[in-house]
Amino acid sequence: MKFNFGFFKSLAVGSLLATSVFADTELTVYTAVEAEDLSRYAAKFNESHPDIKINWVRDSTGIITAKLLAEKNNPQADVVWGLAGTSLLLLKSEGMLEPYAPAGVEKLDSKFVDGDNPPAWVGMDAWVAAVCYNTVEAGKAGLTPPTSWKDLTDAQYAGHLIMPNPNSSGTGFLDVSSWLQLFGEEGGWEYMDALHENIARYTHSGSKPCKLAAAGEIPIGISFAFRGAKSKAAGAPLDIIVPSEGVGWDMEATAIVAGTSKMEAAQKLVDFSVTKEANEMYNQGYAVVAYPGVAKPVEHFPEGLIEAMIPNDFEFAANNRARILKEWQSRYDGKSDPK
Amino acid sequence: MNSANIDNTVVRPKGSVKAKLSRDDIIMRGGMIVIALYLVISLVFPLYSMFSKSFSTFQYDLSKFEVQVSDDAGQFSPEITNLQNLNEGLKVIPDEELSTGSGGRLGATIFFPDFSFRSPVMYRIRNVDGQGRFLVGSTLMTGTDWQEMDSNTFRRVQLRPVRSTGLSNFINYFSTPALFKSIQNSIFIAIISTIITVILAFWFAYALNRSCMRFKGFFRLIAMAPILVPSLLPGIALVYLFGAQGVIKGLLFGASIYGPIGIIIGSVFFTFPHAFLIISTALAISDARLYEAAISLKASPWKTFWTVTIPGARYGIISAAFVVFNLVITDFGLPKVIGGQFNVLAVDIYKQVIGQQNFEMGAVVSVVLIIPAILAFAIDRVVQSKQVALLTARSVPFNPKPSSRADFIFTIYCGLVGLFIIGMLGICQFAALIKFWPYDLSLSLNNYQFDKMDGGGWGAYYNSIKMALLTALIGTCVIFFGAYLVEKSSGFKTGRAIFQMFAMLPMAIPGMVLGLAYIFFFNNPENPLHIVYGTMAILVICTVTHFYTVSHLTAVTALKQMDSEFESVSASLKQPTFKLFSRVTVPVCLPAILDIAIYLFVNAMTTVSAVVFLYSPKTSLASIAVLNMDDAGDIAPAAAMGMMIFYTNIFARVIHLILSKGVLRRTQAWRSSN
Repeated sequence: MKFNFGFFKSLAVGSLLATSVFADTELTVYTAVEAEDLSRYAAKFNESHPDIKINWVRDSTGIITAKLLAEKNNPQADVVWGLAGTSLLLLKSEGMLEPYAPAGVEKLDSKFVDGDNPPAWVGMDAWVAAVCYNTVEAGKAGLTPPTSWKDLTDAQYAGHLIMPNPNSSGTGFLDVSSWLQLFGEEGGWEYMDALHENIARYTHSGSKPCKLAAAGEIPIGISFAFRGAKSKAAGAPLDIIVPSEGVGWDMEATAIVAGTSKMEAAQKLVDFSVTKEANEMYNQGYAVVAYPGVAKPVEHFPEGLIEAMIPNDFEFAANNRARILKEWQSRYDGKSDPK
Repeated sequence: MNSANIDNTVVRPKGSVKAKLSRDDIIMRGGMIVIALYLVISLVFPLYSMFSKSFSTFQYDLSKFEVQVSDDAGQFSPEITNLQNLNEGLKVIPDEELSTGSGGRLGATIFFPDFSFRSPVMYRIRNVDGQGRFLVGSTLMTGTDWQEMDSNTFRRVQLRPVRSTGLSNFINYFSTPALFKSIQNSIFIAIISTIITVILAFWFAYALNRSCMRFKGFFRLIAMAPILVPSLLPGIALVYLFGAQGVIKGLLFGASIYGPIGIIIGSVFFTFPHAFLIISTALAISDARLYEAAISLKASPWKTFWTVTIPGARYGIISAAFVVFNLVITDFGLPKVIGGQFNVLAVDIYKQVIGQQNFEMGAVVSVVLIIPAILAFAIDRVVQSKQVALLTARSVPFNPKPSSRADFIFTIYCGLVGLFIIGMLGICQFAALIKFWPYDLSLSLNNYQFDKMDGGGWGAYYNSIKMALLTALIGTCVIFFGAYLVEKSSGFKTGRAIFQMFAMLPMAIPGMVLGLAYIFFFNNPENPLHIVYGTMAILVICTVTHFYTVSHLTAVTALKQMDSEFESVSASLKQPTFKLFSRVTVPVCLPAILDIAIYLFVNAMTTVSAVVFLYSPKTSLASIAVLNMDDAGDIAPAAAMGMMIFYTNIFARVIHLILSKGVLRRTQAWRSSN
């Protein structure tokens, strides 16, 4: 009975959209992967699965997470491919993920796979925080390059620093959670209090600080290494700095959304996402991938970045997310522009 | 006109005799009910869901959890402790801290002051009934079975809240200084922008209506240009003009454009045409006899200005002020781009919903934002209703006399305002064509490769055109037909009054609020209408509703100019009303219908606030793409897309102009017969 209802509903939706072709399966895939990589990912997947069409829903980590949570009782996505591990833990704790062990999952580095059996999510690659430093603008402002997170609280950087707002940006949140883990709860907030004095403003997305640094709008942007490497490749006068205390990171991961009506196609996609082939594809932008032995150096990637990755406690990050964000907001958000 | 109305009452005596409803009457009332129902579903129900959401709170209900603790040997005593009783004894969490958001988590170890994860003590925890929820690590437990675990696992137990109803969201809001400050910020920028815009627009309108300067048509065109772009675009222009790499940043003397300064300059830009139109209308109708009297009384021009001109235009000025205030306080795009750390209400809604996934708090901020918006709207309505009485049948139209000095000053002034508007648009187009601002200033079309960036690529642009065309087509039909029914049907007074009220309501509802309300209403699986969620249909419905009021008023004004004797004549000739509607009413009102269509099209192209919560990957829009590209730091492509919207709207306007001219010749010849 229930099945019938669902069938008619999907029939109604299908005829409304009038785009679905019966021979092919269309998967709605939510992702936070950089927009310019999406067509490459889809093309690679379609080489082996030409019958499955991917419809991307791409937005920043915070927005995609919000969207998934909002649709908790009426999921629109079939698969999540390329969303922050912290967010996937959040979705798992809401019972929104369908556990599935993809073929070949045992070959992955175990820190990239959910501990449950079958796992609720499997990792793809890691993205790592870094500081984008515009040498031209910094030179004009007479700045010396920072080498550590603590350096950034120095008075010479006042007003020359931009970072993402952790409330909307996954990168911003991994920075904050890494500082809390590096410096301890109290020390972390003290550090951010000092840093806040130097911040010109907080941006909505995690890639914007680096793009602003690349465009010379600000000398220093706290962002992530991958973005910096791309802007540098595009010709921006950037140095990518790895702070000496260690850097926060999060992984991108894949999961099946519970309640999908296209289980078979969804499983095929997740199977593909853990293959060596797929990991080689992730490696074009990400220096660290889940499949051991695949990673090749990425152009313009800073040295020593992988060694600097802190041992990240994802469960701490996911379960304290709401509390940390609330605290962050009450401390730093809404203070008027530092003059 | 007046005499015709009097005749009309003779033709159709109104009395206590209740006329039998004819078939036409029934059809018309049926149609009115259908359109009223549309407004109820697309406006009233969503708003209701939003209000109820703002009172929906999340509480940790400690009485829903039971625990058992073992001794050091791992032996459980049969005693079961309820967490609520435990808290009453220990008082670790005061009652007010039990309210939280939907994402709230509370570590269970807090109730055990001597807890240590190294101790050999075992714990059991369970939900008392199906309502309790807790996590072990990130695994959700909803059943009522005991979960037994060691201390090291027990520290990973997080209690989850349950839904209840109350005022605690509002209490929470007003006790968060960061959020509360936004009210002050919003009102501050709205007032300053209003004052500047109204003064600038007044003199601009004055120059165009009361002087003999040249190039009036040209300046009128320039003044209307900002209406054709999304409000994000002036923000982007300001980045290129006054940002760290801005071409004329020296003019700010070191002040930062990111903040109130940027919001105010941008707001003046995008509200200018609205203020100009209203004030220009007010200045256009003036009585020359008053000026003649002033001259004969030897009043100075200064005195004449304050005693004749300003009082004559006062309703227009006040009305313009409230319209501008409303536009600025409800605008989301501009403070999003250029606001920096200066938070305003509309951006707070976005941050709460998108950033923190706190839909309840988003609803609370929406309720707060509605209050000033409705107030400004209500005052504006009262003022506009007074404007009509100004002009009498004996008025003589005022004709300005040339004065070389004044005309010269006015030309300079209008030239400066025009330069500001053209400069803002020009810099965006220029930046869009630059390869890598500011380090590589060679020209390139790289920024037009939208498919390589966030926001939906060229597909978003085509979606926007499709959405705007559908909005213009469907919206014009629904709105004009609705206005016709309410204006020309007889009797059914209460129904018509309610319909009028519904039709006025959309203008008072900020776009952000409408969009959020749509999520609550349409993304509810129990709502049979939720199949439209994520489709083009919901964007069209939302946009038609958002811009309903102005279109409705345009239609009503046009219909009011038509004598209701047409209806009487057609009734006495036993012609069905719909024959009259299609043969007479529609052709006569065609100019107004085309105006409604272009208004809906242009606004559908530029709107951001109402649709930002509602688009899906298949239905991303150009204006949303501007927002998302700017968000990702791709500012030049955002400018490029914004200018694409501008050119599309110009193209639409030209088509509208050609159509209007053709239509005027074919259907409006009777107007010039005398």
